[in-house]
Amino acid sequence: MKKQKITAGERFRRWLDGETDIMESLMDFNENPYVSHHEAKENKRIRNRRIDESTSAKRMMSAERKGFRVMYSVVAVISCVSLIGVLLFVLANLPRYGVENPRTVEVVSRYVEKGVSETGAVNIVAGMILDYRAFDTLGESHVLFTALVCVMILLRKDRKNMSGVMDDYYTIAKERFHEISTESILRLVGALLIPCIFVFGIYVLLNGQNGPGGGFSGGAVMGAGFIMASASFGFDRVDRVITQKLSAFIAFAALSFYSFAKGYVFFTGANGLENHIPKGTPGAILSGGLILPLDIAVGIVVAFTMFGFYSLFRRGNIGGQ
Amino acid sequence: MDFIRNFPLFTIVLSLFSGVLCTVFKGRTARIYTAVYECFLTALVSCVLWYTMKTGTSFTYVMGEFPAPWGNEIRAGTLEAVIALLFLVVLFSSVVGGWNFVSTDIDESKINLYYGLINLMTAALMAMTWTNDLFTGYVFLEILTLTSCGILIVREIGRTTLAAVRYMIMNLLGSALFLLGVVLLYDITGHLLMVPMREQIGLLIQDPGNRMILTLAVGILTIGLGIKSGLFPFYFWMPDTYGWATPTSASILSALVSKCYLFLLIKIYWRVVGIDMFQQMPIRNLLLVLGMCGIVFGSLSALRAGNINRMTAFSSAAQIGYIYMGIGIGGEIGYTAAIFHIFAHAVTKSMLFLTTPRLAAVSEDSLLFRKLTGSGLRDKNAGIYFMVSAFSMIGIPMFAGFSSKIMFGVAAVRAGSVREMVMVIIVLALSSSLNAYYFIRTIIRLYTRSDPGRRVRPVRHRLSYNIPMILLTAANLLLGLGSVAIVDMIQRGLEMFS
Repeated sequence: MKKQKITAGERFRRWLDGETDIMESLMDFNENPYVSHHEAKENKRIRNRRIDESTSAKRMMSAERKGFRVMYSVVAVISCVSLIGVLLFVLANLPRYGVENPRTVEVVSRYVEKGVSETGAVNIVAGMILDYRAFDTLGESHVLFTALVCVMILLRKDRKNMSGVMDDYYTIAKERFHEISTESILRLVGALLIPCIFVFGIYVLLNGQNGPGGGFSGGAVMGAGFIMASASFGFDRVDRVITQKLSAFIAFAALSFYSFAKGYVFFTGANGLENHIPKGTPGAILSGGLILPLDIAVGIVVAFTMFGFYSLFRRGNIGGQ
Repeated sequence: MDFIRNFPLFTIVLSLFSGVLCTVFKGRTARIYTAVYECFLTALVSCVLWYTMKTGTSFTYVMGEFPAPWGNEIRAGTLEAVIALLFLVVLFSSVVGGWNFVSTDIDESKINLYYGLINLMTAALMAMTWTNDLFTGYVFLEILTLTSCGILIVREIGRTTLAAVRYMIMNLLGSALFLLGVVLLYDITGHLLMVPMREQIGLLIQDPGNRMILTLAVGILTIGLGIKSGLFPFYFWMPDTYGWATPTSASILSALVSKCYLFLLIKIYWRVVGIDMFQQMPIRNLLLVLGMCGIVFGSLSALRAGNINRMTAFSSAAQIGYIYMGIGIGGEIGYTAAIFHIFAHAVTKSMLFLTTPRLAAVSEDSLLFRKLTGSGLRDKNAGIYFMVSAFSMIGIPMFAGFSSKIMFGVAAVRAGSVREMVMVIIVLALSSSLNAYYFIRTIIRLYTRSDPGRRVRPVRHRLSYNIPMILLTAANLLLGLGSVAIVDMIQRGLEMFS
């Protein structure tokens, strides 16, 4: 039989239709090494046929008849184009900022002019998000935590989302993973880079009130450090430091410190009481009132969240037992 | 300053803390903690409601030391307090009423995470109710979006994952449009707090060019929240989302989450745009038409559904349509009807979603209508609770649904033009008869013996199921019989808004 040649365009169209996976030939770790290539293909074909024959798939296919598909794309294009048109129209007709309506800069100018003296932070952005509008940031740091909890629900291994086959896959992948990481360039470079990354992360974290930086960015750098460490030395090493219990407890401690510290400030501020938190001299490391401790709390949560995402995607767990 | 004024702050901060706390607890402890904590919050919010009724005014609460245009602010009036109270009562009932299913539907190692999400969701619901700042609304809307996806996927069966992906795509689209609207409003006014924003808008609309921009910004924002709450063309995520989630989640998602977005929308119309200004915008007419379409198409889809949960979910789409219709009719009476319907629907729909899985449990775990025949005889309590909530949905006198339908009729007669009135009355009549048709059909099926020869032994329930159901029934009857008091509260709250 003559082999049919598939052009790149054809392959792209098939990928768009969901028939083939473009990455299929590039990635190898999805396949069980003990099954021959031919056998795996046959298994996949059988599996696909089983899916095709199920009632829900049939119903879906009948709903996506050709007419429906054409109409769907036409409607999608029209609505996107009209949304773009509306937004461009709005953009073109916006009143000129601060000129036609001078009171628009009222809030901003107070932040810029009095920010340093009122919050004690040289970095006005930090003063704004952690002091003037601290309530929003309190919510925002819990958004991150919520995302972590959702990913944990989805990816953490349990009896429901792990079948026996997948378990084997994970152990195989884990073994292979350590095999790779024993003698590699990654390990050497990691050993050199990881201390620098952590030092830089801590610098950015502690310097949030005086310059660009703060909890979110510093935490992200430190999270990258954890990821680098686990990628180059394997999870076993990192697990000695970060256990599951410890990570849960640290996230809990950081976030509840955040809630209660800010709750205290809100309470005293609204009731007209004095809050006994010194502002410090702007520019010093211990300045900006609560901004530094809050940055540290946020940084810890962000670092753990980032490492948690990586770890959950990689092996379905955070930290050792 | 009276100490009670601090309570709204406590409801938010303590809920955030509880959300994090539950994740370090064991599953069982987290469950009990959540139930007790909801009771505690209910007490706090009742105090706030009593306080605002006593003083007859609303109060703002500065979050921190910086006052209005610079710092964050929350606000509590009668309407906010009564909505928060509704949310907490329904939350408590859903958590307690569905907890037997939680232990079968959710893996044991993740139950604590589930209750953590419920507590974070409580914080978001409270913050979005109390907020006096548009951007705070957006931040907590994000938490609400994430937690609602989380409590959906926690069942970990293929269908919930699929439903969650769909739900998340729709919700993210909605969030993005809402954020765009907020950004546009911030750009033209320079403020994020509602009160100064409204003053600025009052100055800006004298120029007709700005009026156009304002209309488009509010329109984008409305579409965003409309997608999230299930306005007419965007309700097709509903049946899968509500139909397959674990009962507690289904009840919370249908009864509270969509209502919270609606309440935020109403708040924006009254407190940011200004209701007189909004009445002149064409968005109002659009909402009226889309609301009516939602009612008709939602009811028709419910009629065709072959599964009791899908039917209930599609009827949710119709009920959301009612609320949008109320906003579309406009005027104080239209909004009162819409807000009253938020109450009626939250109380009724949570009860329905907590009852249907009980009926399925005695019918070979199937939600299909043909398997459900006679299930009201096999599980007597669940049958009665289903009947109560179905009566409320149809609009039988004494129940909440009746009062809200009457109010929509009155609102149409009083507020709108003749054409609007005729349309609303026709849609009301049509939808009520469709509602009656498919709910009565279901009730008859529940009480028809499947095999007359066999003697059935009815299932007995624990108090943990009966107490929340009796609570919700009582709330339903209260709304039906004592609607005057609730309407009075809503109207007072709306007066405080403007």
